[in-house]
Amino acid sequence: MASADIQTHDYDVVVIGAGGAGLRAAIEAAARGAKVGLICKSLLGKAHTVMAEGGAAAALGTVVDQDNWRVHFRDTMRGGKMHNNWRMAQIHAQEAPDRIRELEAWGALFDRTPDGRINQRPFGGHTHARLAHVGDRTGLEMIRVLQDKAVHSGVAVHMECTVITVPVVGGRAAGALAYYRETGRFVLFRAGAVVLATGGIGKGWQVTSNSWEYTGDGHVLAYEAGAELIDMEFVQFHPTGMVWPPGVRGILVTEGVRGEGGVLQNARGERFMFRYVPEMFKGDFAETEREADAWVTEDRAKNRRPPELLTRDVVAKAIVKEIQEGRGTPHGGVFLDIAAKRPADFIKQKLPSMYHQFKELAGVDITREPMEIGPTTHYVMGGVKVDAETQMSTVPGLFAVGEVGGGMHGANRLGGNSLSDLLVFGRRAGLSAAEFAAQRGPAPAVPGADVDAATQAALAPFARTDGENPFAVQAALQDVMQRHAGIVRDRPGLEQALTQLARLNDAARRATVSGSREYNPGWHTALDLRSLLAVAEMTVRAALERKESRGGHTRSDHPDSDPKVERQQVVVKRDGDRMTVRWEAQPALPADLAKLIKEGA
Amino acid sequence: MSEHRRLRIFRGTRGSGALQEYGLEAGEGMVVLDAVHKIQAEQAPDLAVRWNCKAGKCGSCSAEINGRPRLMCMTRLSDYPAGEPITVTPMKAFPLIRDLVTDVSWNYEVNKRIPAFKPRAPDAPDGTWRMYQYEVERPQEFRKCIECFLCQDVCHVLRAHEKHAEFMGPAFLVRAAVYEMHPLDEEDRRSYLREQGGIGYCNITKCCTEVCPESITITDNAIIPLKERVVDANYDPLAALWRKLTG
Repeated sequence: MASADIQTHDYDVVVIGAGGAGLRAAIEAAARGAKVGLICKSLLGKAHTVMAEGGAAAALGTVVDQDNWRVHFRDTMRGGKMHNNWRMAQIHAQEAPDRIRELEAWGALFDRTPDGRINQRPFGGHTHARLAHVGDRTGLEMIRVLQDKAVHSGVAVHMECTVITVPVVGGRAAGALAYYRETGRFVLFRAGAVVLATGGIGKGWQVTSNSWEYTGDGHVLAYEAGAELIDMEFVQFHPTGMVWPPGVRGILVTEGVRGEGGVLQNARGERFMFRYVPEMFKGDFAETEREADAWVTEDRAKNRRPPELLTRDVVAKAIVKEIQEGRGTPHGGVFLDIAAKRPADFIKQKLPSMYHQFKELAGVDITREPMEIGPTTHYVMGGVKVDAETQMSTVPGLFAVGEVGGGMHGANRLGGNSLSDLLVFGRRAGLSAAEFAAQRGPAPAVPGADVDAATQAALAPFARTDGENPFAVQAALQDVMQRHAGIVRDRPGLEQALTQLARLNDAARRATVSGSREYNPGWHTALDLRSLLAVAEMTVRAALERKESRGGHTRSDHPDSDPKVERQQVVVKRDGDRMTVRWEAQPALPADLAKLIKEGA
Repeated sequence: MSEHRRLRIFRGTRGSGALQEYGLEAGEGMVVLDAVHKIQAEQAPDLAVRWNCKAGKCGSCSAEINGRPRLMCMTRLSDYPAGEPITVTPMKAFPLIRDLVTDVSWNYEVNKRIPAFKPRAPDAPDGTWRMYQYEVERPQEFRKCIECFLCQDVCHVLRAHEKHAEFMGPAFLVRAAVYEMHPLDEEDRRSYLREQGGIGYCNITKCCTEVCPESITITDNAIIPLKERVVDANYDPLAALWRKLTG
């Protein structure tokens, strides 16, 4: 098919991805008068935001009135092990409350405080109860509100449409070339500005909370367009995923279980988290079970938080250690118990979907018995390097927001900071993209030869008669990453991963598919392999480079944090066909913010 | 620990297709979606199936399992007798795309037409509202909807009578109910529900409620109260007299 026959659409702003960040960006761009096209890989409303359970962090101060942006900023930076882009962390903490209140104005129905305001729940790493929530289905509420707001804002939605390249013409992003899953036909979106809001990379690991979509598409579209990426070694392994039965392994169990009083126990019945409080947080957490229990059910001002509410990196590593040292459960996890701490009615009201999920999938009644859980690949802190104010990448006209953007969360993201990140920076990205498109006008036309080359490459797997099964290549990749680039890494393992990834790259180039172009998952998987393999390589190369342990990146051969690289980032960039990595220093914190971190807010 | 299972899956496109039987070794706790994926990875790479979260939260993997509308990710193989094949077919109320995937775009068109949320003026000087838990709980039930469209699939008005042009279906009556029963909303959707939404087509057989994977009491809590509101607005004799007197 020649480029001349391809369906085309013209927009001021094209947003790729329709989770919280993409929807919020699309709404804002439309509000600024831009003609907006929203492309989603799945149906509208199915993006991963829908899976977010616990809540959105914002210092509303409705439950604890001492809370304010400074405390939230400090928590975020400390949780990120001081590696965050400080300006993003500041903007996020300052603007999150307005973004949450705005959702209420658009119809969101958050759980309430007794005096009728938005209720907030405690979560890991947050000093105060800070998560606006709706039971344990906050993401579903958020995506529905944004979805309805977007369709009533005149945003044109292209569903089940996968982008394969973002052409760069005349030094700026010029749109997106995609295919519709239903027909397998290609479509060219021409645009003055492009917003990537494609989410994460979690499908690269075997045990993951992520769905088929999270193959790092946006990371790799940006990479191929010549943008810089940062922090790709920092992958978050959520401490609590389901471990049994095998088919559900990795499915998320919300941190809200611990926020509402759930405790972690090893197979001997010990509440082990008391033994894992890091130096940085000494004194901030309860030291006895009695104090922790009193915080849950009695006075929060007089008692300190349970150590189960430490940050995710700390809890995940503690669980791994317990299991490695032989104190795990028969299915290779630990126990998470809320039944012992809260009455059945409370659990069903606050954690209804967890109740449902365990009952249906594992035959476990969480109001009566403990859950068996273990770490699961959840989120990538790294991503496209962006300007803190505008979310623009190093490629003019190309913006990145949400999980595909890098910097905001440093070396470890706090629970609840993702939903608020999507809103705060989604709005900013939409605003900046609309302004960019208005100022610069339409991008230059994409040369037909480039379109033809991209579509021919995409169709190549159909022409091969004997080659690799794309599902088998994907499974092999997940095995490599799980084995060598999981929670604990070392140099020999990472080097081995690089060798195996090279071999899998060759296999992916020989991937073959049968059948037609209409809704053909074999073909879709073959195409996704390209981005999945590229992000895997980014993670492995950056992980090799960072010879220390920090947040989500743990090296058994370099177990300590190295203060010298606290504010140093590994930058990944394409140089021809070669992936390059280099170190770059982040700007230091301004004196007032540094003081705030040191002395408390 | 695995056991041999057989699945009969519909394979085909618009106008042509048939059930095809696949055998597989099923592991403990396997759900129908896992089985479909295993078949896809090992035997039929072009087997079309729509899915996302695999945890009953996104409503993508809707299909008919032994004739009953269900989410494939929340249906365990062990719920069915071991010796018998399990039949998996696409939703019947929507046009087929391929295999287990149907064209559900009509639902999104329906949703677009529901008059948008319109909040009352803020209650507090800082621009915020006050709502109480007991007030939000009612619409929160409808917000549990994951847009799986299984209720649309089972509804005889759509499934058997194909009144897609005249009837919005239970899923979007639930959506309208979110806003109609929202404590802050001031929009009046009653004439919309009657004229464009076709609420009168629903004769409360409650099939929708039975198949809802989120256990939303669709008929009793959403549709019947909406019907009452529509009736009050249109057929209340006192109101009719009042309208006549006041013009």
